[in-house]
Amino acid sequence: MQNEVIFAGFGGQGVLSCGKILAHAAMEKGLEVVWTPSYGPEMRGGTAYCMVIVSDKLIGSPVTRNPHNLVAMNRPSLEKYAPMVKPGGIILINSSIISIGSGRDDVDELMIPVVDIAQNAGSARAANIVALSAFVARSKIIDFDLLRESVKEEFAKKEKLIPINMKAMDEGKKAAEN
Amino acid sequence: MGKTFKKPEALSDKHTHYCPGCTHGIIHRLVAEVIDELGVRGRTVGIAPVGCAVLAHNYFTFDFQESAHGRSPAMATGIKRVRPDLIVFTYQGDGDLASIGIGEIIHSANRGEKFTTIFVNNTVYGMTGGQMAPTTMPNQHTSTSPYGRDVKNTGMPLKMAELLSALETPAYIARETVLKPKYVVKAKKAIKKAFTYQVENKCFSFVEIVSTCPVNWGLTPLESLKWAEDNLLPYYKLGEYKIPE
Amino acid sequence: MGKVLMKGNEAIGEAAIRAGCLNYFAYPITPQSEIAEYLSRRMPEVGGMFLQGESEVAVSYMIFGATACGSRAFTTSSSPGISLMSEGISYMAAAQCPAVIVNIMRGGPGLGGILPAQADYFQATKGGGHGDYRLIVLAPASIQEAVEMVMTAFPLAEKYRNPVMILGDGMIGQMMEPVEFPDHLKTEPLNNDKWATSGMDTRKSDKNNIIKTLFLESKPLEDLNIFLKAKFDRIRREEVRYESYNTDSDYKTLIVSYGTMSRVCRTVVDNLKEEGIEVGMIRPRTLFPFPGKAIRQAAEKDTCKNVLSVEMSMGQMVEDVQLCVQGKRPVRWYGRCGGDIPTPEEIIDVIKSL
Repeated sequence: MQNEVIFAGFGGQGVLSCGKILAHAAMEKGLEVVWTPSYGPEMRGGTAYCMVIVSDKLIGSPVTRNPHNLVAMNRPSLEKYAPMVKPGGIILINSSIISIGSGRDDVDELMIPVVDIAQNAGSARAANIVALSAFVARSKIIDFDLLRESVKEEFAKKEKLIPINMKAMDEGKKAAEN
Repeated sequence: MGKTFKKPEALSDKHTHYCPGCTHGIIHRLVAEVIDELGVRGRTVGIAPVGCAVLAHNYFTFDFQESAHGRSPAMATGIKRVRPDLIVFTYQGDGDLASIGIGEIIHSANRGEKFTTIFVNNTVYGMTGGQMAPTTMPNQHTSTSPYGRDVKNTGMPLKMAELLSALETPAYIARETVLKPKYVVKAKKAIKKAFTYQVENKCFSFVEIVSTCPVNWGLTPLESLKWAEDNLLPYYKLGEYKIPE
Repeated sequence: MGKVLMKGNEAIGEAAIRAGCLNYFAYPITPQSEIAEYLSRRMPEVGGMFLQGESEVAVSYMIFGATACGSRAFTTSSSPGISLMSEGISYMAAAQCPAVIVNIMRGGPGLGGILPAQADYFQATKGGGHGDYRLIVLAPASIQEAVEMVMTAFPLAEKYRNPVMILGDGMIGQMMEPVEFPDHLKTEPLNNDKWATSGMDTRKSDKNNIIKTLFLESKPLEDLNIFLKAKFDRIRREEVRYESYNTDSDYKTLIVSYGTMSRVCRTVVDNLKEEGIEVGMIRPRTLFPFPGKAIRQAAEKDTCKNVLSVEMSMGQMVEDVQLCVQGKRPVRWYGRCGGDIPTPEEIIDVIKSL
């Protein structure tokens, strides 16, 4: 079973590391995984994008026209990628800064104010972790506890940020389950 | 009575292909003498340029690599970076070093690569038949400046020793010549200094040698020596331009 | 050491270290600058050497100098940079220097773009620089394979005294996959006393070695070329590598594809199988030597009606496929360039329309 997710937003919103943490967790579970970035000029301040493919067998194409899921951290990303998501997939929308929906009625749409939630958890910069946690909790693409370990590893060099991010994870999960 | 004169061990027995009156032979010999005197023949790698000295590897008795046009300093960098214990020198002409290879020589000098460059400046592309070089003098006739070098069109002759001396990185930079025996003695001193700095792992070292090209200048060997002394030395001033602290 | 999640570019850098190559010269260019960034950190940790040259031209001569004096050295670049290095590569091929060069391809011609492409197939396999020479060209389709190929490249270059090129595309450099590093290669001391300009004292020899590529007379130059041809023929006989996929089936179409493109095609084969359509695939892992015999045999299978070369280029490898199929089956090409990797859906449409 193969599952694809696009993380997209502004540069600096941490979408690339979202994908990396998810990919790492999937690898730890023994799954096949590919993380692909866009590395165009847009990396210089514009939109940031990455796609993670998780599978229980060897992954062929690292690209796809229609991914299963989308985590949209800003409006341009939502508008660009929402139409591509496969029916039945998840579209997670950062409703703290995106005021519109995906316009799709054949997907599982989550409007989550990830920046506000992160702020309440201690730092607006953890918004990406809130979004990632909410997405993983909803999609069950991997075990949530495994994700927790990968988040800890990501912040291993900045240990004092771990409690804030753990809280962000819990709140993200809660928001997705409501 | 002991021997008072002999061929340096670093020089091979082969007859050179250089034209009558060419000064490459003298300069080869000076390099070979210095390598003998420093006792480094067994760990020396020379780099032959593209130019008249492309076959220089035939005339020495140590390891040699042939380079592409202008790239010798990059090759020398490659060798010195992976084998700092080797003694490496490039032997380049003015088309090779001052034209197509000016980027390589400037960057090697600026990085302070610990190799030695012997730069033979005779103001023309010798091997290809005497075309204009960046070092060709104003109004000098060559096969591609048949009306004389027009500096309004082609700029002034490049003074490589001065140019490299302007770099902040410590280096040994000198310009000498071999037009007369008294100059040859000084040229040898400079070459020996240059190699000594390398042996001491001190700095990049560079000796420009003002030379002649009788065939392409259309002069006899003797006329060439005089022409060079009268016309080149006032512009390409001899001496040490830079000495490392 | 277990699996680590790593960007292709960084994994390539680490693999070189594990292959025992501690000398790296490079000039930055997207999409492979992470190799230089990674090794600028890593080389000092392992007692290695990294130098950022002033240009790709200079860098190609730095590895020429380093390999000519008998040391292991490599460089990495991307398409326009490889064009600049092509002069030095030709010299190294002539001087038989065992250099390793990684090309993480981007789109061309000209400055082109920085997105993935496979438009340097001709350059890599047919020359690139001047003169009669070949590079051994290895084409990885995953980061794990890139690591393994880098580690193979050095011994292979040394075995044949010939430059080896790893031809990846931007996707191989930029994506991350789990990768498991093999142990450090246990390499024999380099056996190059006969030719390397390593210094006579180093070899304890009275005989000087000369590395040269100029032969002004016709006979020695022809002799060199005859010698090189014999070497390339031997490489053609002994070093062909490829992967067959679903070639046991009664396929009607045979795909030939390499690198990232072949992964997309693998998905195509799988997806069409679910629809009941069989497609076979040959994936060259060496582009020179080209697995022509395997492709011809696979094309000649009774059920096979056509052959499709799928490339991230406007049709380069297809010429080699046509040559080896020898007109026995129609050979078609499908490809994209500019950076858009053809999706499985796109290729499926093409196959159905054949």
